[in-house]
Amino acid sequence: MRISKPRTRAAGLIASALFAAFGAWALLSASNVEAKRQADKRAEGLAAWGQVYGVLTHPRCINCHTATNYPQQGDERRRHAVNVLRGPDGHGVVGLNCVSCHQKANADSTGVPGGPDWHLAPLSMRWQDENDQPLPSDEVCRQVKDPRRNGNMSPQALIKHNAEAELVLWAWEPGRRPDGTVRSTPPVSHEEFVAATRRWVEAGTPCPSGK
Amino acid sequence: MTNSNTKVEGLRTTSRRGFLRATATAAGGLLVALYLDKHTTAQEGVKPSQIPPPPKKDYPPDAFVRVTPDNKVVIQVNRLEFGQGVHTALPLVLADELDADWSQVVSELAPAGDVYKDPLFGIQMVGGSGSIAHSFTQYRELGAKTRAMLVGAAAARWNVSPDRCRTAAGVVHGPAGQSLKYGELAADAARQPVPATVRLKEPSEFKLIGKGARRLDSRAKCDGSLKFGIDLDLPGMLVAVVARPPVWGAKVKSFDDSAARKVEGVREVFEIPVTRGGTGVAIVADRYWTAKRARDLLRVEWDDSKVERADSTRLFEQYRQLARTAGLSAAARGDAKAIERVAPADLLVAEYEFPYLSHSPMEPLNTTVRFDGDAAEVWAGSQFQTFDHMAVADVLGLKPDRVTFHTEMAGGGFGRRAVPDSHVQREAASIAKRFKGTPIKLVWPREDDVRGGYYRPMHVHRVEIGLGSDGLPHAWRHVVVGQSLLEGTPFAMMMKDGVDSSTVEGVNDTHYAVPNFSVTVHHPKVNVPVLWWRSVGHTHSAFVMETLIEELAARAKMEPLAYRRKLIRQEPETKKLLAAIDLLDEKTAAWRDRVPQGHAVGFAAHESFGTGVACAAEVSIRNGRPWIHRVTVAVDCGLAVNPLTVESQFQAGVSFGLSQLMAGGQITLKDGRVEQRNFDRYVPPYMPDAPVAVDVHIVPSAEAPTGCGEPPVPVISPAVVNALSKLTGKRYRTLPLVTV
Amino acid sequence: MAKYQLNVNGQSREVSADPSTPLLWVLREDLKMTGTKFGCGVSACGACTVHVAGVATRSCVVPIALLGERPVVTIEAMAQDPVGRAVQDAWVEKDVVQCGYCQSGQIMTAVALLRHTPRPTDANIDESLGGNLCRCATYVRIREAVHLAAQKLK
Repeated sequence: MRISKPRTRAAGLIASALFAAFGAWALLSASNVEAKRQADKRAEGLAAWGQVYGVLTHPRCINCHTATNYPQQGDERRRHAVNVLRGPDGHGVVGLNCVSCHQKANADSTGVPGGPDWHLAPLSMRWQDENDQPLPSDEVCRQVKDPRRNGNMSPQALIKHNAEAELVLWAWEPGRRPDGTVRSTPPVSHEEFVAATRRWVEAGTPCPSGK
Repeated sequence: MTNSNTKVEGLRTTSRRGFLRATATAAGGLLVALYLDKHTTAQEGVKPSQIPPPPKKDYPPDAFVRVTPDNKVVIQVNRLEFGQGVHTALPLVLADELDADWSQVVSELAPAGDVYKDPLFGIQMVGGSGSIAHSFTQYRELGAKTRAMLVGAAAARWNVSPDRCRTAAGVVHGPAGQSLKYGELAADAARQPVPATVRLKEPSEFKLIGKGARRLDSRAKCDGSLKFGIDLDLPGMLVAVVARPPVWGAKVKSFDDSAARKVEGVREVFEIPVTRGGTGVAIVADRYWTAKRARDLLRVEWDDSKVERADSTRLFEQYRQLARTAGLSAAARGDAKAIERVAPADLLVAEYEFPYLSHSPMEPLNTTVRFDGDAAEVWAGSQFQTFDHMAVADVLGLKPDRVTFHTEMAGGGFGRRAVPDSHVQREAASIAKRFKGTPIKLVWPREDDVRGGYYRPMHVHRVEIGLGSDGLPHAWRHVVVGQSLLEGTPFAMMMKDGVDSSTVEGVNDTHYAVPNFSVTVHHPKVNVPVLWWRSVGHTHSAFVMETLIEELAARAKMEPLAYRRKLIRQEPETKKLLAAIDLLDEKTAAWRDRVPQGHAVGFAAHESFGTGVACAAEVSIRNGRPWIHRVTVAVDCGLAVNPLTVESQFQAGVSFGLSQLMAGGQITLKDGRVEQRNFDRYVPPYMPDAPVAVDVHIVPSAEAPTGCGEPPVPVISPAVVNALSKLTGKRYRTLPLVTV
Repeated sequence: MAKYQLNVNGQSREVSADPSTPLLWVLREDLKMTGTKFGCGVSACGACTVHVAGVATRSCVVPIALLGERPVVTIEAMAQDPVGRAVQDAWVEKDVVQCGYCQSGQIMTAVALLRHTPRPTDANIDESLGGNLCRCATYVRIREAVHLAAQKLK
């Protein structure tokens, strides 16, 4: 809401000018068109956000965006096995670091997933509550676009991050489980995810209203 | 198993099971070997000149102790070392009577051989916590007789009477201040007669026994140099893995090995018999990883149409139904009908459920066999050398004496390496038979073991207790449902009237006095191979008994330890348990009533394998799991031969016991398939689950030593759960604790 | 099969192995260094722990193709390492081992901990060694031995 304010104000200025020139009917008509345009844009942005949210809360992504001192694993998002901990900087504890097992790429022959600098997202980027339940869409949305919590990323930087960050890309190439089956991937393709992020940003990164 | 109250004392003994023979080694040492009656060449008490020359072999396979010219004392241990400490303790016993220099003692694991059979069981094995209990006197005699020959040799050299010589730390001292090291006397001693009888030390004379010696295998286990069975590397050796049926007894219908055979290094893919009449597909390759990879590419179609598909949920339903009916009688005292007359207000009914448990020793199961046509060699970390040896001979069509069986150090076992049907060794021999002259190492990857059966059976207990006005149980009806461990094995003859005592031990022989007492048992037949799991029936029986007793104590508003003392029969058989309870009482008096808010203390007291154990656990709840801050254990195991090992067994054994308590400690079956694969789903205790501190107190005793390997296990789960019940007010009758 | 140039315990070693082969099996079967143990194959027990570029690593899940240039240090080198030697001495002094099969991995993890945290608390030890399974459950003595090693290294 906050981010969309300047645009509303701009629309208001235009509306005033129109009012002076063409009268009340014109004002009403133009205002309607503009409001509808704004509403459509917001709706489209929210729909795009819905797709983004669906990806972020997919186990491949959310399992390492926990609110607790441990990551999760598996599609049922169980607590990570063998007492793996977040550690001081999200890279595990000494002796039991993330990279003690997770290499720079998936190890399909042993079933351990991997990617560059495998680690947990910081707590400021948690997408779950402390009972391991995904946070609601509006909360995740506000957090993702909040530079104080998202690693100081602008909306444009978010697009780039979602398009290029290697651990993001991993979610679509998650490798095989120890039993040889292929891990599940997010509900939409990576291209659709990036496109949805772009649409959401272009729509002014609207967030659904909270409860 | 044996509850001997015999005092340890100096005594003159004669070996009746066989006779010792002393020979000189080619290197000028002394070798003392035990010959069984079938050998006619040597006899104790007979001058060496009267017997034919010894066989040329420098080091026959039936040796027990060898004294080398450079003063080393090499002692053969007649059973497997897999953590219990016998590789140190039995040499310690022998060395004490020998007055050896402990720093010169070398310990070795003996191969399979008749002379190494357990003196009580009559087969070569580890079980029943009998490693020390059964071989204590045997090793004392061996030490004392070897010493007598060394003294005899010194006395002859000095021309003095042997009884004027004394020994200490590997040296014989003469009356005039002479002294000779054992190594210097070894060759002469070999010409001395083996004494028929010998005086053993009084406990007051012990220099090593009871003092606490560190393990001999420690350093090699800390620097990676110790070789376990799985570490064996022989020239030309190949490695095998087996694809086994998903349900026991199922057979290969067909298999497609075209992809598997393309893996570089794969030598052969073929069908072999596996346990329970099933068949599997063996893959033999140059290395483990090659074989494992090829197995992943193998496509097998199984025929499981003729085998039962066990299912944990359905089995528990059946077991609960069975538990409502009387089974075969395992104990009956007083009036069996008394329970039916108990008023509802005085009646407690409790039903307990225990799942299947996997042993999952750290070292995956493995065995190496080389078949040479008319002979064979086997390398295995075996708790049952006698059976495993004969099984390999059977599969290869050889006489057992053509099969040399080496005992390899094993990375844990907990019963899993004591398998009456020797299925691992049979598989290894079946594979090796195809590769004459080539050693084949069969490895069971972890998943094979977790899914492979031979579990602690699942059980249901149903208990009805009638309470008297004194708060004590007056009537007790107990039904246990669980597969028999012995049925269908060579041990089946130990069953009496259809009852497998290992299912009810700890219940039917309880030390608690209940006037009207009945225990019956059902042994359902299920298509899941089962096996003894460290402390066997006591794993579940102690949990049932000790949680109920503490519940009854709470109902009677009595102190838990006082309630137990009041209920335990006062007779010689209960002496050790009572002594343990008394010592626990003393050692916990200072802290047990002063634990912080949110903590509680639970108790348990249980005798198993002749050893009385009492335990207190201070517990709080963290993240929905028990957090064990402190455990105090008091133990009466008779004479503690190596108190350091006793302490170690109890400190760690209580944590091992948590295997059945902590969430994740269960094997479940669904439609015949095991649902767990590895340690990620079958979760044994890790360090954060273990007690923060365990203090162990040993009742001073000069009674014959009893077991310490298994007795730590039964007490911990009930003690922890009794504490949890105080914190939550809930009763926990299903293991593992999925939620607290 | 492919050729790999490895640096193990300071020595340059060349092996020929399938790229999928875990480092554990290269150590055990190609280099005949069996001090590093196979326990589970899925990084759930820690028996196979070695140091890869100084990080305690579960060698059973590291395909040799992903090792790269990183040097490997195993239990066999610990007797010559000041921290490793202190840890081994503490283990022997506390009579920690039972079956001993997991202890190579426990010791490698303890060395990594002590290099980073010279005076660890009980909580540090529980966290760092929390993924090293000891089926004999010698945990109480392992904790004591880590503290003893820390004192020895003071």
